[in-house]
Amino acid sequence: MFDSLADRLQSVFKKIRGHGRLDEKSVQEGLREVRLALLEADVNFKVVKDFVDRVRDRAMGQDVLGSLTPGQQVVKIVHDEMVELLGGEHLGLQLQGKTPAIIMLVGLQGSGKTTTAAKLALHLRRMKRSPYLVPADVYRPAAIDQLHTLAGQLGVPAFASTPEMKPVDICMQAREEAVRKGLDVLLVDTAGRLHIDELLMEELVAIKAAAGPQEILFVADAMTGQDAVNVAVKFDELLDLTGIVLTKMEGDARGGAALSIKSVTGKPIKFVGMGEKVSDLEVFHPDRVASRILGM
Amino acid sequence: SAHRKFDDPFWEELEEVLIMADVGHQSAGKLLDRLKARVRKEKIEESEAFREMLRQELAAIFPEPKSVAVPQGPEIVLVVGVNGVGKTTTIAKLAHRAQMQGRKVLVAAGDTFRAAAIEQLGIWAKRTGADFFTKGEGADPAAVAYEAVDAALKGGHDVVFLDTAGRLHTKVDLMDELRKIKRVLGKKLPGAPHRCLLVLDATTGQNALSQTKLFNEAVTVDEIILTKLDGTSKGGIVVAIALEHNMPISFIGLGEKMEDLRPFSGEDFAKALVN
Ligand SMILES: Nc1nc2c(ncn2[C@@H]2O[C@H](COP(=O)(O)OP(=O)(O)OP(=O)(O)O)[C@@H](O)[C@H]2O)c(=O)[nH]1
Ligand SMILES: Nc1nc2c(ncn2[C@@H]2O[C@H](COP(=O)(O)OP(=O)(O)OP(=O)(O)O)[C@@H](O)[C@H]2O)c(=O)[nH]1
Ligand SMILES: [K+]
Ligand SMILES: [Mg+2]
Ligand SMILES: [Mg+2]
Repeated sequence: MFDSLADRLQSVFKKIRGHGRLDEKSVQEGLREVRLALLEADVNFKVVKDFVDRVRDRAMGQDVLGSLTPGQQVVKIVHDEMVELLGGEHLGLQLQGKTPAIIMLVGLQGSGKTTTAAKLALHLRRMKRSPYLVPADVYRPAAIDQLHTLAGQLGVPAFASTPEMKPVDICMQAREEAVRKGLDVLLVDTAGRLHIDELLMEELVAIKAAAGPQEILFVADAMTGQDAVNVAVKFDELLDLTGIVLTKMEGDARGGAALSIKSVTGKPIKFVGMGEKVSDLEVFHPDRVASRILGM
Repeated sequence: SAHRKFDDPFWEELEEVLIMADVGHQSAGKLLDRLKARVRKEKIEESEAFREMLRQELAAIFPEPKSVAVPQGPEIVLVVGVNGVGKTTTIAKLAHRAQMQGRKVLVAAGDTFRAAAIEQLGIWAKRTGADFFTKGEGADPAAVAYEAVDAALKGGHDVVFLDTAGRLHTKVDLMDELRKIKRVLGKKLPGAPHRCLLVLDATTGQNALSQTKLFNEAVTVDEIILTKLDGTSKGGIVVAIALEHNMPISFIGLGEKMEDLRPFSGEDFAKALVN
């Protein structure tokens, strides 16, 4: 996870630390390389710019450049800003309030919502909760089948939606069914949609209004490029997201989208998908990841 | 029309536009160098003339897709790519297109792994009117490939689209599985697969370069299909791919329906990228 970004940044830091004395020019030089490393990792252009500007402002002061260990201090500034960018301690699912609790999964097409719903069901069961998988994607061919198959593999119950039903009705009926069955967390798998598809975005707003979910998780593909921020901002604007799940992180994705999405929405990254199997889900610890990226 | 100063802020702004479109820092740099040289040499002074030149430069990067000699018997098309990019849906679109051209189509369910992947392709086969081949969940995808060719030979099909499970290009065993599928196809029918299509998602950033490199190493990619261009992503990563790998793009995906496929046009793409 974030390995190649880590490699890049660490070699920049080595150079910065290596300077006995740092002047403005060598800091600028170092920051140019930090900028490149972040851009190559697909961190959004504007996010990178703000990041580098903040580090530069803090690093250029006399108290840093004139200090005994300027390199060390610059690296520390980058570290602090990186922790800020990624968020602090891990924030778990917040399921207080009404029972059954409701978790909605939303995002672009193919980002990994259905798979993540199944992964979260396993995660919840391990926390001694009783999850109920709710297929609310009535559009994609065999989407309901897909979630039912995963539910079957896990031995977790799933609501018997049909493509003829309306997503809002599915959620309401599933909630009643959950109460009858004594299940305490609904995992609502919604259809993938574009943030600019007004009709389908309205549908999510309607589900939210009717079901009152505790968690609305934005599921994003770690390989996403510059547009990640536009998408995330729109979903957040309409739905007020509660968290982010980043999928397909086990490959060589540099994961800059994660930093961008967190940065523009301010919402925490809660989980990371590390494979196709239902057990391939990790809770996300921003502070640990920041330290690992920076080799500290 | 408006005169324009081609100064540093101008080039920085253009670099920003290109990077924000996922062209990538390096490829943007290459492109800018070419443009700067031409502006100097051709003494370009007007915005419109520059725009035109930019569009030309961009469009010229993309090679034409090779035309395949139509084979005796079925043409075998292998479709590969990472998870969730749109392989199965693209097969539906290609099948629909081929059906409309009066070709007899077989789609084969080579994704025997992902939950309900076979059902998904089966529904698309029905909607497009293509014939459908499956050996069920858990079957060896190479065996599916082999028997699908048999079925097409017997059935007199003109073209077979073989779906494969999504896989990350970094997973060595899964990439070996693709190599095996390709080998088996070639043994069964000389020249097969006649085309190998790599499906890329237009929302993808720099990682698409690595995808292209590793899928190409495994199965030799003939063409790229770029999906999900109906969103706000520009898909600029294919500029970098064209520059580095000289790989043609044949089609673009513009939606979730089987009609939402268009031949790729470098000029239209360039226009959308820098507007
Ligand atoms: N390698 C990898 N693949 C994943 C991960 N999470 C999901 N996938 C795969 O990504 C593809 C898409 O996943 P889905 O769960 O169907 O995505 P979705 O968001 O529900 O898709 P739509 O409903 O079509 O919008 C599938 O092939 C999954 O197996 C992950 O963490 N790693
Ligand atoms: N907006 C949009 N969505 C698309 C396009 N092509 C495919 N999709 C959607 O993307 C999601 C994934 O498509 P699939 O065809 O299942 O992708 P895949 O590559 O076969 O996925 P796996 O087999 O799980 O790896 C589905 O929700 C499709 O409807 C496109 O051009 N535009
Ligand atoms: K994707
Ligand atoms: Mg889904
Ligand atoms: Mg598929």
